[in-house]
Amino acid sequence: MTETTQDGPMLAADGTPLKKSLRRALRAQKLRALGLIAPLLIFVLISFVAPIVDMLFRSVENQIVSDTLPRTVVALRDWDGEGGEAPGDEIFKALTYDFIVAAERKEHTRLGSRLNYEMTGISSLFRKSGRRVDDIGEDYLDQFKDLNDAWEEPATWVAMMASEGWVADQVAWSEARAAAKSADQDFETPEPAFALRPGVAKALPETADIYSAFARTIQTQDEDSPTEEEPWNPVYMALFNDLASNPDAASAFSGDVAALLSEAAAAVGNFETISPKDAFLDADEDWGDPMVWSTIKAFAPSYTSGYFLSAVDLQLTASGVQPQDEDQQIYMLLFKRTLFMSLMIMFSCILLGYPIAFLLSNLPMRQSSLLLILVLLPFWTSLLVRTSSWKVLLQQQGVINDILVWIGLVADDNRLVMINNQFGTIVAMTHILLPFMILPLYSVMKTIPPSYVRAAKSLGATDWTAFWRVYFPQSVPGIGAGCILVFILAIGYYITPELVGGTTGTFISNRIAYHISSSLNWGLAAALGTILLAVVLILYWVYDRIVGIDNVSLG
Amino acid sequence: MPTDSKADGFVVFDHVQKSYDGDTLVVKDLNLNIGKGEFLTMLGPSGSGKTTCLMMLAGFETATHGEILLDGKPINNIAPHKRGIGMVFQNYALFPHMTVAENLAFPLEVRKMGKSVREEKVQRALDMVQMGSFGGRRPAQLSGGQQQRIALARALVFEPELVLMDEPLGALDKQLREHMQFEIKRIADNLGITVVYVTHDQTEALTMSDRVAVFDDGRIQQLAPPDQLYEKPENSFVAQFIGENNTLEGVVESIKDGTALVKLDNGELIDTVPVNVSAAGERTKVSIRPERVEYNKERLQEGAHTLKAEVLEFIYMGDIFRTRLRVAGNEDFVVKTRNAPDQVRLKPGETIEIGWLPEDCRALDA
Repeated sequence: MTETTQDGPMLAADGTPLKKSLRRALRAQKLRALGLIAPLLIFVLISFVAPIVDMLFRSVENQIVSDTLPRTVVALRDWDGEGGEAPGDEIFKALTYDFIVAAERKEHTRLGSRLNYEMTGISSLFRKSGRRVDDIGEDYLDQFKDLNDAWEEPATWVAMMASEGWVADQVAWSEARAAAKSADQDFETPEPAFALRPGVAKALPETADIYSAFARTIQTQDEDSPTEEEPWNPVYMALFNDLASNPDAASAFSGDVAALLSEAAAAVGNFETISPKDAFLDADEDWGDPMVWSTIKAFAPSYTSGYFLSAVDLQLTASGVQPQDEDQQIYMLLFKRTLFMSLMIMFSCILLGYPIAFLLSNLPMRQSSLLLILVLLPFWTSLLVRTSSWKVLLQQQGVINDILVWIGLVADDNRLVMINNQFGTIVAMTHILLPFMILPLYSVMKTIPPSYVRAAKSLGATDWTAFWRVYFPQSVPGIGAGCILVFILAIGYYITPELVGGTTGTFISNRIAYHISSSLNWGLAAALGTILLAVVLILYWVYDRIVGIDNVSLG
Repeated sequence: MPTDSKADGFVVFDHVQKSYDGDTLVVKDLNLNIGKGEFLTMLGPSGSGKTTCLMMLAGFETATHGEILLDGKPINNIAPHKRGIGMVFQNYALFPHMTVAENLAFPLEVRKMGKSVREEKVQRALDMVQMGSFGGRRPAQLSGGQQQRIALARALVFEPELVLMDEPLGALDKQLREHMQFEIKRIADNLGITVVYVTHDQTEALTMSDRVAVFDDGRIQQLAPPDQLYEKPENSFVAQFIGENNTLEGVVESIKDGTALVKLDNGELIDTVPVNVSAAGERTKVSIRPERVEYNKERLQEGAHTLKAEVLEFIYMGDIFRTRLRVAGNEDFVVKTRNAPDQVRLKPGETIEIGWLPEDCRALDA
């Protein structure tokens, strides 16, 4: 029911262009198909793809350093690490402020563990310093207190730092709380979030910064009120620094606070100063190690290539990418070993599987189904049982060694080591993955008509030539499919190498599992996993270029 | 070319038997001599043993008993690839991973011929089947008829003296099949090769062969040139299997002077040629070809035997009229008459008189 206008497009019976009308007809079909797969698709996306992507994202994610030590990270920008010396007091001052906040929020140990992946010892350094950081500035507190007892009062600080609006809100809030208390009611509303008084940040920048951090931490962490808590000692150090650099600060204030500040400003010149650097060095002399600082600086950015570099036995330092210490290089070895062993397993599977698949496809129906059941039998047995049985067979006091000794091939005191090494892993995994080679081979070989080989023979080819020139090339798609299946399964295999691999037969996946569950270095685990994924995809691409993915047939 | 003497047969089956399961014989006592340069067709329904015979000759099946000789030498124990027999398979069996030229070069390559010789022979073979420019294509890029030609060229390229063909035209449509029949015949005649051809299509067998061996139930029912096979079937299976056939059943009354008098089941007596009836009282099937029956009185020949018949159906088929009649109780009696200008067109329900010559009427086994 179509007609062609002079030079226009083909039209359907109702006059709409045929293409459009066809698209409309197909759209309903496509939507229906999409509707059918939608539940599974959504399930897979949410429960599988999204977590994996998130996990892989951890391989570059590194906000923890700049989140925990924001001031130090900024201060370190100008530090070049040259000269092999630790940075000066300016940076230690920033570290003090960051550290007191982190320690009060108990975040410093997390950062310590994170940086410990990059440099051993940082974790204990951080933990130790966290306990001592509150002492820094105590001397200033004493000196301010000697000057005027009012400095010890939380109220003084609130009057100086807090905005009037917040003070009013806070008063209203505490009255409401008191009322609720007397009425014996629950009162869940948290205290209004602390707000800085305008102008304070300009007059007393360091103090404003650290005091508001203090106020927020007190409020959220301890559910206390800055109106009732004496500030941390480093706040006094900040005040000292501010007053020393801006003696005129009092002019921004009025009333009692202004008087207090101008009194203090006049006195700070005679204060005994203390160096935050010395204080940290006193807590732990490792703070004097420039390596610690270059590690912090190297991992300051929010995104890092550090995990990936670690995953290929390199390390990120302040002065660039360098090879990992020789005794810590392991991942390249593991990657190479994983590739090598996966290839060995793949080739063993071809060697063992091809004749079986050939037999399967050429036997009469009855015998071939029986043989097929034998091939599939391992599928129906637990993986652990199969792996463990290899352990029983191959161990030094195991069945095979016993037989060899009994025959006299092997001396009793010189039994073969066949398990907990590469040999054992290859044997066990070849056995486990063999069906994945046989089945695609079988399904491809079944489709090769016997007349091809007959034709080749009738044309004068010997049995071998007929097989090699005619049969084998047509079974290559099956080999390809089997190889891809076996190789990809093998390269990510975990449980068998874990059980029978010993130290020389473990795969990269075992290391990934270790970082996920034992060392908790998820970033490195994610980087290793991403590399593994990339290697598989690259090999897949290479395979596609050489063999052609169209040549892969699963039957 | 055709031969019956064992001594000068190019291919000889000598008391060959074949069983797959040890219980039943698929081929029962086969004796066949094929002359050099002969085109012999094995014709029969499926399961009649014809393909098994071909496979035994090719070497893919071994005879359970008996001997097969090729050019005077027993070949039972010679491997297929040493027999030097060309073969064309039903599904062509062109190697899908090789180009047409590579397919054709394969038999030359395994015979260790040099590259230039190979190329020359391949090109000659391709030219022979008029596919000269297709050397670089893959089999999958060719149509069925083209694949057929390539398969033929491949079976011939190494110049075998014997070529076996296993229903080579089975997958082609009618027109192409007819065209290829002549083509194969022409090439076989030109090259002077011996061809053993297996088919279940009797037209194909009649068109192409020097002799046809009709197989049924593991035996050769008749071995004869096409004309004899058609005109002088030796038993009712062959009469039924080859071409269209009318059968009238009856009992032999008497046999004398090369004529058998048969009393049909409705009591009518007719003269027939006794073929495999030997004594009076035997039941027999009388076979008459549809085109040998005449109902136009003016055309009836001297000495024709006439019978009454009722017209059941009259079909106009262009070149011929096909009339279904009830004759002596048989409702499937068919008459074919040429569409000549003076030919009578019958109407269903008419009662007419039909006739045929006694020598066209053969008394066969019941």
